[in-house]
Amino acid sequence: MSSAAHIPELRTGPLSGLLLSLPLGGKIMLGLLALAALLVPLLNLAVPADSFFHVPAYMVALLGKYLCYALLALSVDLVWGFCGILSLGHGAFFGLGGYAMGMYLMRQIGPRGVYGDPLLPDFMVFLNWQELPWFWYGFDMFPFAMVMVLLAPGLLAFLFGWLAFRSRVTGVYLSIITQAMTYALMLAFFRNDMGFGGNNGLTDFKDLLGFDLQSDATRSGLFVASAVSLALGYLICAAIVRSKFGRVLEAIRDAESRVRFLGYRVEYYKLFVFTLSAMMAGVAGALYVPQVGIINPAEFAPANSIEIVIWVAVGGRGTLYGAALGAILVNYAKTYFTGALPEIWLFMLGALFVSVTLFMPKGIVGVLRQAGRNGILGALYGRGRLGEEHGT
Amino acid sequence: MNSPAENSPADDRAHVLRAQDVMLYLSGVTVSFDGFKALNNLSLYIRPGEMRAIIGPNGAGKTTMMDVITGKTRADEGDVYFNGDVDLSKLDEAAIANLGIGRKFQKPTVFENLTVFENLELALKTDRGPFATLLFRLSKAQAARIDEVLQTISLTEQYGMQAGALSHGQKQWLEIGMLLMQDPELLLVDEPVAGMTDAETDQTADLLRTIARERSVIVVEHDMEFVRRLDTMVTVLHEGSVLAEGSLARVQADERVIEVYLGR
Repeated sequence: MSSAAHIPELRTGPLSGLLLSLPLGGKIMLGLLALAALLVPLLNLAVPADSFFHVPAYMVALLGKYLCYALLALSVDLVWGFCGILSLGHGAFFGLGGYAMGMYLMRQIGPRGVYGDPLLPDFMVFLNWQELPWFWYGFDMFPFAMVMVLLAPGLLAFLFGWLAFRSRVTGVYLSIITQAMTYALMLAFFRNDMGFGGNNGLTDFKDLLGFDLQSDATRSGLFVASAVSLALGYLICAAIVRSKFGRVLEAIRDAESRVRFLGYRVEYYKLFVFTLSAMMAGVAGALYVPQVGIINPAEFAPANSIEIVIWVAVGGRGTLYGAALGAILVNYAKTYFTGALPEIWLFMLGALFVSVTLFMPKGIVGVLRQAGRNGILGALYGRGRLGEEHGT
Repeated sequence: MNSPAENSPADDRAHVLRAQDVMLYLSGVTVSFDGFKALNNLSLYIRPGEMRAIIGPNGAGKTTMMDVITGKTRADEGDVYFNGDVDLSKLDEAAIANLGIGRKFQKPTVFENLTVFENLELALKTDRGPFATLLFRLSKAQAARIDEVLQTISLTEQYGMQAGALSHGQKQWLEIGMLLMQDPELLLVDEPVAGMTDAETDQTADLLRTIARERSVIVVEHDMEFVRRLDTMVTVLHEGSVLAEGSLARVQADERVIEVYLGR
């Protein structure tokens, strides 16, 4: 009797209802993002360079890069953590979004390239091309490029997913073909005659929407854009996960054939969430490229996509904000160790993955929740309420 | 219950019954796996509102028969029709489920990470499309329906509990409850009392009899005592075809059935 009156109440109200329903970790994440979006530009632009509190420009770009990775990890967690699709090819969607942005940035260079051609990017002049390939048309327009940022990865994911999910390819087989997909893209983009700059990729960008990419203000602007995108991405994922759709996803993850016998077309659900996730990864790639200043085929390397999964596993699969946390922590460690002890980083990454799988199967967030339940951090971290998050 | 207890194999009646007269019509269905015939020229007819118990030794083809009806396995030969003219052999699992054929598996399969309430909500008969599901809001009437089913399966107290934390018997009931939420015309129930205590078995028999007042039910079961309690027409499967049909007392007296079960 009580259930009918009780349960739906929690699910009412649009945005405010969503915000209130977020797990504590998600609220903390949104709060930290808002704080960073305010403080980082402020400490970079308004605080003098010799001050202790000054955030140098390279740091702004580095933090912005971490946020892009966090958004990428979020997109992987949505499909892997909630729907059980272990994609080892999300680097491809990230890369495609990045290339779409890179093409816009290349067109923005205009006659300021080394060869001074008003239309053709430098690498095309170098290859002795006479005219712009058809697929470069439209990329001089920012809105068009932004549509392509979503469309290119979205379309690839849709086609790939349509074939794979309809044929009921699951588990390790699906993971393997996602690896093959990103590997094939890498080989294709390495080729000069593909028209994407080959081995060197796209680089030497000058400005975005007229803003100089080297200026501090533009870097801060990109940082804020990354923070906002991450927050929006998180809210979209959280809204999906708490809807009935999200519960269907979890049901698919746990007992796929049972969902079919309930009358749900599992492949449609997978296709929807996989395509959405690919678009999110594309946005992450598009924000990443102007901040690091280059996009090349190495982004499609299979190992990159595997690394994303490690970030998610470290943070906590199926928690969303944990995936973002994992991406930032692992990449911070990567920045540090590839500087201090470059030759051991890959071993550390491997060891990290093995130890997380063995000792912390639910990642950092899982450990925190357990601690919260045991009361160790209870007073500090929400007194056992953590276990109620996202229907776990 | 209301059909005449016959002892002859169902095949003999095939020409008498037409697909239009029955709810579920299986005729001459054969399924082979690598040469092994899991179903061998099986014919079976279920009338609207009928409850039928299916028994048979291991490997008789009971589960394969359910797989064929629900679209999990395709028949190599034969016809499978629902409600007269719907050819089930052309549809997939989701389409068949949406036609009104619900299935309960031998091993209870509920969604363990979801609550009892959420399990029932997923099974609720509504638009199964992804966009409709994304925007789904539980209406008062639907919530009341879930409450009703919670009472029917005696899980009202446990509605907020994770399904994985239920006892074995409770999971079986939850799965039956999920079937009820789908509001099917035909229920296929595979070994509903496997692993249940006697009290739970009795309750389950009552539950199924209640359900059978409004719907057609096929129960596959090993437990003879349970079949006796269902008090309904029994079909005996053996090596993929129907060996005998009739009341339990009648099939138990059948020479061939005794032979199959006692292995003389």
